[in-house]
Amino acid sequence: MSRFKKDSKKETPELNMGSMSDIIFMFLFFFMVITTMREASLKVKFQAPSATEVQKLEKKSLVANIYIGAPINKNENTLPPGEVSVQLNDQTIKAEDLKTDVRDFIGTEKESRDAHDRDRLTFSLKVDKDVQMRYVNTIKQELRANNALKINYAAGKKVN
Amino acid sequence: MSKRKTPGLNTGAMSDISFLLLTFFLLTSSINTEQGIPRKLPPPKADDAQDVKVDINRRNVLNVLVNFRDEISVNGDIILVGDLKAKAKEFFANPTNDPSLPEKISKPIDGIGDFAVSKGVVSLTNDQGTSYNMYVQVQNELQRAVNELRDETSLQYFGKKYDALDSASQRAVTQAIPMNISEAPPMDYSSNGSK
Repeated sequence: MSRFKKDSKKETPELNMGSMSDIIFMFLFFFMVITTMREASLKVKFQAPSATEVQKLEKKSLVANIYIGAPINKNENTLPPGEVSVQLNDQTIKAEDLKTDVRDFIGTEKESRDAHDRDRLTFSLKVDKDVQMRYVNTIKQELRANNALKINYAAGKKVN
Repeated sequence: MSKRKTPGLNTGAMSDISFLLLTFFLLTSSINTEQGIPRKLPPPKADDAQDVKVDINRRNVLNVLVNFRDEISVNGDIILVGDLKAKAKEFFANPTNDPSLPEKISKPIDGIGDFAVSKGVVSLTNDQGTSYNMYVQVQNELQRAVNELRDETSLQYFGKKYDALDSASQRAVTQAIPMNISEAPPMDYSSNGSK
């Protein structure tokens, strides 16, 4: 009998992990392709209003974001008369620098795109839904004065 | 001797690394795509340009006012947001050729033929104190009215919904049902100062 019981302590065969990493890589590439990095950390509260007729923007690389909302930190710059900040890139702007800051922002955003893409550049207004229109109107006026005419009111899709 | 078996590589660590990368991308990225209501601003006024009074017939204008209490009035009647779409649709379509609703001009359009294009313009005025949420809702309702009309026209002439059409037909439908929104400078009644 001992002849057959010779190796009762069978070793479990080692698992081949090679294909697992293939699958993980596939996931990885999938996520890399469908996502974009959050380019700036939010300094303002932003909750998009919801609407039914939203459209997807054509190309993410042709979108520049302007955030308007109540500041998360108390010591951020706000616009008069109240509790609302405007964030361009990663900074909230001061009321007295509003004109120059918006102009510079539009300038650099346009500069960083190819010449033939400049007209297709969309400025997405990401405005919190509790904000009063006065702030949005100010920004719209500046956009218009600087010939940045393609805008987008960011809104979530409302589910009926 | 020449055929020595290569030892199996331990690739477990590799999957660890790729897991790490995967979680990194999962956390730093936002899947929600950029979406919203696209609009075009009017081009900036030239400095030397004078205010030209464009004579628009009263029947061709739908005055939409939104005040600081988020109440909407259309040509003087106070309505709810839910009723705005029907009003706007009736205004743009004018199915019965009502003399109080906008006039239509027959225009030849590629792919459709002669089509009675409405001359209606929505004049949208908001208060400085209007909430952004209400503003977006109003824009959305107006867009919805136009989208429904475009869908109806597309079904009638091409047998498909607007979204399913090719770009040339879409352009034709857009010409047939233009979306004319003119935004008046905002009023300011919410702050106590008179202006």
